[in-house]
Amino acid sequence: MNSSNSIFQLLSITPPGWGGVLLTGALATLLISFGAYLVGMALGLFGALGKLGGVGPIRLALNFYTTVVRAVPELVLIVALYYAGTDGLNRVLSWAGIGPVEVNGLVAAIAVLGFVQGAYMTEVLRGAILSIPVGQLEAAKAFGMRPALRFRRIILPSLIPNALPGFANLWLSVIKDSALIAVVGYQELALAARVAASNTKQYMLFFLAAAALYLAITIISNLLFSALEAHFRRGQRPIH
Amino acid sequence: MDFSWIIPYRELLLNGALLTCMLLVISVVLGFAIAIFLAIAQVGNNPVLRVAAKSYCTFFRGTPLLIQLWLIYYGLGSYLPYIPGLKGSFLWPLMREGLFFAAVALTLNFAAYQGEILRGTLLAVPKGELEAALAVGMRPSMVLRRIWLPRAIRIGLPTFAGEVILQLKATPIVFSVTVMDLYGAAYKIRQDTLLVYEPLILVAAFYVALTFLITQVFQRLENAVPARR
Repeated sequence: MNSSNSIFQLLSITPPGWGGVLLTGALATLLISFGAYLVGMALGLFGALGKLGGVGPIRLALNFYTTVVRAVPELVLIVALYYAGTDGLNRVLSWAGIGPVEVNGLVAAIAVLGFVQGAYMTEVLRGAILSIPVGQLEAAKAFGMRPALRFRRIILPSLIPNALPGFANLWLSVIKDSALIAVVGYQELALAARVAASNTKQYMLFFLAAAALYLAITIISNLLFSALEAHFRRGQRPIH
Repeated sequence: MDFSWIIPYRELLLNGALLTCMLLVISVVLGFAIAIFLAIAQVGNNPVLRVAAKSYCTFFRGTPLLIQLWLIYYGLGSYLPYIPGLKGSFLWPLMREGLFFAAVALTLNFAAYQGEILRGTLLAVPKGELEAALAVGMRPSMVLRRIWLPRAIRIGLPTFAGEVILQLKATPIVFSVTVMDLYGAAYKIRQDTLLVYEPLILVAAFYVALTFLITQVFQRLENAVPARR
């Protein structure tokens, strides 16, 4: 179909080729995913602690959050939150007497995906905290540890190995979900590939190239997470 | 909140909801059939099939559905007219539609995830049951058909419900290849009426309701299959 020469030209880093655009897109994908992952983790930690120990109304609100976010398609959520978020922010700003601002696409993407991730994180962390043997927590209480110390010394170290498989799944899903940001027009890897493809009419080539980049990211992430889990499970008896 | 647009757009919304359900059923049924082959190939003895099935699952689970959909719709779609004989065939009108490519992409994607689950449950079937089946004189193919596969599917039933819900939540992506599913309908209403939130809220409520329905159906199904614990 194509001589290999023209494929290399199309994928070259410098402007006649589109390799640079794709790599910038991949970087944006990683940045969005990582930012959203951190936001989600912070939300998830508060959510899990709130669900396990919070008062009635907080628990009710958190249940509503996790149920709705996990039952509505990510695409619908992303579009709704993207518009609701920027619109809401501008309304607050105009109420405060400041003119409307153009919300940075990257920040909006991170906030929206992070909000979605937070619901899943809440459940992963809640499960991981619940799987800590109660006796260990009681022992820590009996020693007179305060909640903060208990969290840092007992809950966190024994929670991490239990939560890691869930974390790994969520990291892979946030990378794949970040492609949906293309729909609201922020140029990450998926949209970069689409722009390159429609400019050159080489749809197959550029979507395969984008798929290869995504695949590389997910495979490397898998290796990293296996190594992390091996590290955090050191000294534990193997399950099988 | 203004929901007066529901009446004039009811047909569009109803057709969209129907299309969403249709895509879900098609991709789950066909995808499950492919998944059975993928799972058997992965636990089987043929190294070529094993590597092929494994690579298939890795590719489709490691890349976003959006990229797969665009790859199939724009990429493969642009080569279809060059396949001799295809253009004149009765399949051609179907193959020009975005719906066809959307169904293919969703099916292949679902097959990869479900294939990986079935691989795990095939391995989780107790060895003793398979040995018992062999001991009473069943051939390996009959063991697979009567014991191994039914047991594996039964073990995977709770996960299957979750996969179907994930698949439902993946369907709105097809609007990006001009398919008028429920989300596509909401998108069109937004463009026509300039209402941003109301169509999205209605669509979201539909997805939540459908999710609830699916969990109920699978709960019934799980209770209907007798299991000794």
